[in-house]
Amino acid sequence: METLIVNVLLTLMMLAVVVLARTRNLFAVIVLSGLYSFLMATAMVALDAVDVAMTEAAVGAGISTVLLLGALHLCRSEEAKPAHKPWLPLAVTASAGLLLVYGTWDLPAFSDPEAPIHKHVAPRYLADGPRETGVPNVVTAVLASYRGFDTLGETTVVFTAGAGIIALLRRRRRTTADKEAP
Amino acid sequence: MLAHFVDHFDYWAMIFLAMAGLFIVIARGNLIKKLVGLGIFQTSVYLLYVAPGKIVGGTAPIVAEGFRVYSNPLPHVLILTAIVVGVATLALGLALVVRIREAYDSIEEDEILRRDHAPEVTPSRGEGAGGKVVP
Amino acid sequence: MTRDMVLRVVAKLLIPFILLFALYVQFHGDFGPGGGFQAGVILAAAMVFYAIVFGLDNARKVLPDRLVETMVAAGVLLYLGVGVAGPLLGGNFLDYFVLAADPVAGQHRGIFWIELGVAITVCGVMLKVYYLFAGRGPEDD
Repeated sequence: METLIVNVLLTLMMLAVVVLARTRNLFAVIVLSGLYSFLMATAMVALDAVDVAMTEAAVGAGISTVLLLGALHLCRSEEAKPAHKPWLPLAVTASAGLLLVYGTWDLPAFSDPEAPIHKHVAPRYLADGPRETGVPNVVTAVLASYRGFDTLGETTVVFTAGAGIIALLRRRRRTTADKEAP
Repeated sequence: MLAHFVDHFDYWAMIFLAMAGLFIVIARGNLIKKLVGLGIFQTSVYLLYVAPGKIVGGTAPIVAEGFRVYSNPLPHVLILTAIVVGVATLALGLALVVRIREAYDSIEEDEILRRDHAPEVTPSRGEGAGGKVVP
Repeated sequence: MTRDMVLRVVAKLLIPFILLFALYVQFHGDFGPGGGFQAGVILAAAMVFYAIVFGLDNARKVLPDRLVETMVAAGVLLYLGVGVAGPLLGGNFLDYFVLAADPVAGQHRGIFWIELGVAITVCGVMLKVYYLFAGRGPEDD
């Protein structure tokens, strides 16, 4: 049953992406990408990743939709018709996809408890995390305590991106009054 | 065969989403649409990380009485931070698009390239062949 | 500012609850889903909602640009400060065990401050980006 729910959600996401790729109105594209993010958040709940689902719903469907709309407000809202049919990109991506599908042949099956991912460090986090940190949510314990360096790096990346955006957009656009001034 | 299909469907869906995102990035000329495609590529990777950590019958990795099987918490941690970094870089890309729009008055790749190469096609004295565009 | 009264009344009703939810996500992140990243984004979303309904200028009165820019850097500095507190108290960098007499209490303290730093930076960056995009104004040529 759980597998069925996940697979239905994945199918809906694939449909949303196909429609998105064929749409030329950028407003519709942005709304579709918000829809895609919500489907992704729901799929994450079905995959037991509640923290990720909450982040994806707030970030992917909320903030990034607002930012894309804000950027669209400053640009033109219709995509130009492509000059020629995109057969070459289609062939490249299709063949790369087929190669990747070939690569999945030997990967462990969905929800295989014996898969290597469940055998390495995760059992230790689950067994000792709550005792060592006193935090029952293992995701928070790993995020803030075991992998604190990692999170420090991620926070610094967010800070750097913010600084870059401030540097790019802080200066006002040159107006006609500025151009006339020497 | 059906069992194999169900067992690997999540990988294939992820590959389809990644390739669709890549297709949008390389086939579409509009910069905002390219960024949306890049976002789809990025989110497909979240799926690649989180889906193998799932155990059917397990629960979210919040330790409580009465539960014994938990899904793997490690991919959740990695993806959680990746999502926020992803939106920060998306915003950086959008800021670049806005600046490009102000400099070139277009966000279509073809148009921008044409304007970039215009000074070389019509040779002018003094400026040289830098391809510099006066906004 | 929008002239639609329904929107403004609904916004006034909803925003306190969104802020409360953000605080819940922040401080309950140890026991349920949530944490600094989510809380920061939800906080920023509440302010973006306020800015959309009541106008950017009013939002800038609530959280001025200067404060938002300070938040961007303050969160990372708070995180680094918790990291540096470890060596000062005789442990390693980002070592929470030395932050309190009891190791588990030290972990709690370290995680609390780090999540707070993450939330401050994330909220600051998201808000600043929104201010910059919204304050630029459309092309009018």
